[in-house]
Amino acid sequence: MRYRIYCLLFLLLARPLDLFAAESPADPLNSVMWHEMHQRLLDGAPVVFDERVRVSAPAVAEDSLNLPLWIDATALGEVERLLVFAELNPIPKVLDMQPLKAAPRIGLRIKVQQATPVRAAALTADGVWHLGGVLVDAAGGGCTAPSMGSGSSDWADRLGEVTARLWSRENHSRLRASIVHPMDTGLVAGIPAFYLEQLEIRASGGDLISRLALFEPIAENPVLTLDLPKVKQLTMAGRDNNGNPVEAQISESSQTGSNRL
Amino acid sequence: MRCLIFISVLLLVGVCQAVERDYQLKPQQVAEDTYVLIGHDEHFSFSNGGNIVNTGFIVTEAGVVVIDSGPSRLYGEQLKAAIARVTDKPVVKLFITHMHPDHFLGNQAFEDLPIGALKKTQGGIRLLGETFNDNLYRLVGSWMKGTRVVAPNLQVEPGLEEIGGHRLQLIALKGHTGADLVILDQTSGVLFAGDLVFYGRTPTTPHARLDEWQAALQQLQKLDFKVLVPGHGPPVTSEVAISQTSAYLNWLQTYLTEQAGSGAAMAELLQPEAPQHLRELAVFSEEYTRSLSHLYPALEAAALAEGKVEQQQ
Repeated sequence: MRYRIYCLLFLLLARPLDLFAAESPADPLNSVMWHEMHQRLLDGAPVVFDERVRVSAPAVAEDSLNLPLWIDATALGEVERLLVFAELNPIPKVLDMQPLKAAPRIGLRIKVQQATPVRAAALTADGVWHLGGVLVDAAGGGCTAPSMGSGSSDWADRLGEVTARLWSRENHSRLRASIVHPMDTGLVAGIPAFYLEQLEIRASGGDLISRLALFEPIAENPVLTLDLPKVKQLTMAGRDNNGNPVEAQISESSQTGSNRL
Repeated sequence: MRCLIFISVLLLVGVCQAVERDYQLKPQQVAEDTYVLIGHDEHFSFSNGGNIVNTGFIVTEAGVVVIDSGPSRLYGEQLKAAIARVTDKPVVKLFITHMHPDHFLGNQAFEDLPIGALKKTQGGIRLLGETFNDNLYRLVGSWMKGTRVVAPNLQVEPGLEEIGGHRLQLIALKGHTGADLVILDQTSGVLFAGDLVFYGRTPTTPHARLDEWQAALQQLQKLDFKVLVPGHGPPVTSEVAISQTSAYLNWLQTYLTEQAGSGAAMAELLQPEAPQHLRELAVFSEEYTRSLSHLYPALEAAALAEGKVEQQQ
């Protein structure tokens, strides 16, 4: 009798696992949300877990409002889209980037609500998503805390203001840009979602270099780091979800400091 | 039979819960009348219960003066018991060196006594004490049971204070936090440096201003002491702990400033290039990563401000 019950239990447990296993490879991070994310964010498209997609983040988020990430899929070669998500955030999707002429890598900071897998998915021309990721522990609460800017008086006057610098490196130009924006998630009572949604980087002649779709979990006053083809001057333009524009022309400084690489 | 096993398991669980956790505090004498309880060179964990900190006490003719109360109610109580094993004299006063939770959350055990701290330390504990307390529960668990914040009830002014034949020089400095109290016992020559000095363990920076900290270390160099008790790490008889703390902070400041100036993204710096003697400090990797979060945003903002941007709105 007991034998039969065990057999039944075994079958009950094993069947669904088997079914999933047939659909996608086992998740190295063993996340409960992975199958949900695969369906919701990647439309169930073919995926491989691939060490060439690197996600660098501290093992523990010291500040849940500002978890630094460095995402690098350059080892894959050509990448059509680079998607970043934090699985256990109430709003998982962080960034959807079309690298185009830029290198498929980016630095940014995000809010995390609790300990979570943070993943990057890079889509190659053959229609396969390559996934990398890490687990990050956190005290949490980053998504349901009001932005600091909402508490200070001058953020509204400086909304969309860009501070940026362009560094000339051996084979590329590095862009680091900081944009004044509260990046409110809409999860705090009485404060609607208010966040930068789109950014495009163009060469001075107008040629599109890279396109980014940003989402609520990106930290307040986003600081983005991108590697572009050699360029002396570019424009960064976009808007937030309320239609407020961001537009700035960024040039290589004549003196780029004493610490050039 | 099964029922019996079930009951014995229940009993065992009950017994385990009844056992008080024990920090195994052992006062070590560092000078005449002066004892130090040395914490682990680790991070907060369920196994060390937050005992990563040094506390100390001076047995004077007028009673015992305690410096810092540890990370929890339980630590405070066990500290009091450890003092009672050394002397019959009552505790008469507690000094809190700064606002960090591992140094003051044992205050409950000394609630009815004067608990002295610098004004900014009092304010900081009132403002952030509960947040610290919640966070320590998350990091060390049930060791924190019954711990609540008791803010220092006495504002300390810098200067000389004589207690039971010990001349205590109270020195107000800053840099590790906005207010760091240092106590030099001129009678015994013991310097309680608080967290302005770490020894063998990587310094922490959540409320640090590195320039002020370096200036404070220069002040400490000038003091005439026989034994220095750092906030974390073993007591020493030379100024080696001061120069080690200074060397680490100097490297941290220089490295992060250079990286910000050359355009590095924060998460590109998780594996820093650091000299071997600094890498060997306890919990180097964890504390460096925390410091990156604390210090890099301001350094990177300064570096970005040098860029050339025209707003086109």
